[in-house]
Amino acid sequence: MDVAHSCASGMNGLRAAGDLVARMQMAKGMRITQAKRYVADRLGVTPRDLSDNTAMHELRGELRLGRIFETEASYYADPSPLEAKCHIADLLGLRLGVVERFKAGLAQERPARR
Amino acid sequence: MGDGTLFDTTRSAIRTDLEDGTQAAASRAKLPPLEADELDHLLDIFASPARFTAVDIGDEVVLSKDGTGTPQLGSRVDALYAYEQVLAHDTVELFHIDYSFKAVKTVVPFEQQYMKEAQERLTVPVHYGAQPDLGRYSEPDGPCGNWAQLLPALKIDEARAAQEAAVELAVDDMVYVGEALWDAGADGLNFDTAGAAGDADLLAALLAVETLRARHPDMGIMVGMASEIVLGTHGRLEFHGTRLAGLKPAGQLRVVQEAGATVFGPAVNSNASRSTAWNTARALTFVKPCMAAAEIPIHMNVGMGVGGVPMNAFAPIDAVSRVSRACVDVLRLDGL
Repeated sequence: MDVAHSCASGMNGLRAAGDLVARMQMAKGMRITQAKRYVADRLGVTPRDLSDNTAMHELRGELRLGRIFETEASYYADPSPLEAKCHIADLLGLRLGVVERFKAGLAQERPARR
Repeated sequence: MGDGTLFDTTRSAIRTDLEDGTQAAASRAKLPPLEADELDHLLDIFASPARFTAVDIGDEVVLSKDGTGTPQLGSRVDALYAYEQVLAHDTVELFHIDYSFKAVKTVVPFEQQYMKEAQERLTVPVHYGAQPDLGRYSEPDGPCGNWAQLLPALKIDEARAAQEAAVELAVDDMVYVGEALWDAGADGLNFDTAGAAGDADLLAALLAVETLRARHPDMGIMVGMASEIVLGTHGRLEFHGTRLAGLKPAGQLRVVQEAGATVFGPAVNSNASRSTAWNTARALTFVKPCMAAAEIPIHMNVGMGVGGVPMNAFAPIDAVSRVSRACVDVLRLDGL
């Protein structure tokens, strides 16, 4: 059932830009048209491009937003999920809890080495 | 069919089912039936011999998900990762198999640890979900009187008092668990099947949402409903002056919006004895009034046994894809 819905009407998450539109809906309560427009503007594409997996795979790679991995290519230089979410938070102007905690941890003073 | 069985039919029989389905909802809820052009489009979708159907390119919507994962995928976080990388879902949801805030409260530190791990392994939004599950607060599972026993005994005042006491306990638990998972990095919370135990169950969810919204302005909060009409197991409960018993999807949306949720999920239960076309037309008729009233995204529930999807643990893809497309094409939903 999950696969059928995903293929029939889903935005295909990390394979395209569905996760980014979902973040604007959940965090800001944006309706679908507004959320797609917001994300498209931030990415410099049209709303229709957001579910174009070929275009989004390239763009996500360039902007270091995280993407789907498959076996025929090596993605060793792609960002970790945490790094990708730092870029996503910056791109979309969102405060993501896991990012805020990570930054706070880096800024925390550590005891001096003896 | 509504139970997932495959059967042969005709285009004219499907047309009749669609008209009967929309009329069933219209008369039950005093709503306008679907328009003729909407029924024509549904007929094209359901009378097609194709195994699979889908929305037009560019019309895709966000998919949110209750309880992400299957037993074949290893640990819970492995399952979330597979849904992100293999199935390409827009969002995923970490959940405990008991799926009740009351039950989760007892293991919340471990759920926080799983959320931390999920957040470190996934890029897509990871939500945390459970049910208000008000029945758990009644005897013998909880400390409150059992209104399911008090009501048949005509102890109406006692039944109402028991539900009011349960609401207070449930709100405390939902706020406690919600804040714990938010603190562990959750991208949002899902209050699933709100109203399953009636108007008191919905009130508990709304009060929890209101409290969380006041304390955490950035928190994503989704409220998914249990059914198309809120049962009046208490009968007198109100949220900010709106009586909850008897609320239909558009009314449910209004109180959920008012409480401060960012996503609303209407639910319309499927009839296993009727066709998928009949169930879908009925579900769309119930949900359609939400679309004009919505200030927040509408993610219609289209899982097992709701929204027109057959009541079958392995719902056939021909049926699911038709429901999926029909919901988006006819209602212009924000998500599923």
